[in-house]
Amino acid sequence: MQISATIREFIAKNFYVPDPASLTDEASLLDRGVIDSTGVLELIGFLEDTFAIKVEDTEMIPENLDTIGRMTAFVNRKKG
Amino acid sequence: MEAPVLSPSVLDLDSAAEVDFIGARMREIVGRDLKRRGVVVALSGGVDSSVCVGLAVRAFGPEKVFVVLLPERESSSASVTLGRRVAAQFGVVPVLQEISPALEGLDCYRQRDEAIREVFPAYGADWKSKLVIAGGVQGGLNFFKLVVQAPDGTTQEARLPPKPYLQIVAAQNYKQRIRKTIEYYHADRLNFAVVGTPNRLEYDQGFFVKNGDGSADIKPIAHLYKTQVYALARFFDLPQEICEGRPTTDTYSLAQSQDEFYFALPYEKMDLALWAVNHDLPAEALAAAIGVPVEQAKLVFHDIQSKRATTRALHSRPLLVRPVSEIKPL
Repeated sequence: MQISATIREFIAKNFYVPDPASLTDEASLLDRGVIDSTGVLELIGFLEDTFAIKVEDTEMIPENLDTIGRMTAFVNRKKG
Repeated sequence: MEAPVLSPSVLDLDSAAEVDFIGARMREIVGRDLKRRGVVVALSGGVDSSVCVGLAVRAFGPEKVFVVLLPERESSSASVTLGRRVAAQFGVVPVLQEISPALEGLDCYRQRDEAIREVFPAYGADWKSKLVIAGGVQGGLNFFKLVVQAPDGTTQEARLPPKPYLQIVAAQNYKQRIRKTIEYYHADRLNFAVVGTPNRLEYDQGFFVKNGDGSADIKPIAHLYKTQVYALARFFDLPQEICEGRPTTDTYSLAQSQDEFYFALPYEKMDLALWAVNHDLPAEALAAAIGVPVEQAKLVFHDIQSKRATTRALHSRPLLVRPVSEIKPL
């Protein structure tokens, strides 16, 4: 499965997303209240376990994690 | 347009008038609204609970104020000593109840330490620990790190995965919830109301445990910024250690200041930041007032709004799926 599809499926299953179609690659998960601070920790754990990457503290920034598109690009960079 | 000027003087308070006002409101709320005869206050020896005892004694007289000291084995050793001094100053004889046996009965310490060992397997009974917040004011996302200290004084820290993080917090929350259970025992026994002691920063930013220290019948200083609570402490001539002490959580075994655990800045600056948010001042005004770059002031504003949003559930009553309109809150 593509990285973005895997992340989207995890978010849709684990967080409250009443309208999964609205979960575009560009939609801000923080601004929309989809994930809170505990949700961020869950998301990091998922990314680390699923894609065998290590997310550094300094990488825990919205630029890497706020949208599915940014997460996908981040995972690609880490794996690359 | 130039940014409005923000300075600490916005928090100046007429302490005598404020004490009179709070006292009158406490009498109305406790007597008229709650139909109780007095109040129970748990005294930690910190500035907030000490000021609340002073306010309660002013409002009701010492015979109508029941003060409990509720330390556990990880509390600061100064907590009981200071608590006794404050109670004596206001003419109240406090009751001391050590809550460690109750916490041991609930497996609080063991469950917490088990979660810590998921991250630091060597963690033992003679080690100490605390949580510190990171990320938010550096422009990142808020997350918690666990700091542990071995018996030889060396420390290690690591970001917490969600499972041990939640278990550590859940176990620690037993402390506040057991204290509140004891406070309500005495309140029920005496037909008194329970005083909650959060200041405005704590109340606004959700820095409390739901059904723990967040639970109360009346919160007499929830409208006061921390700086203003210190002003009342000086008005009451409380011990110097309280008037000049820095806020701590006194919940974890390693010494932990409130700003490293939860708030982005020391309380004097957090107060101004929150005041600025509440009065729609721009980040430029805060930056000039506390001597930080505008970008950092913007991050502090963002952090305040973010904590408000993420702790809303702590403030909420149990939510109903359909309204029961006949039942109205006081």
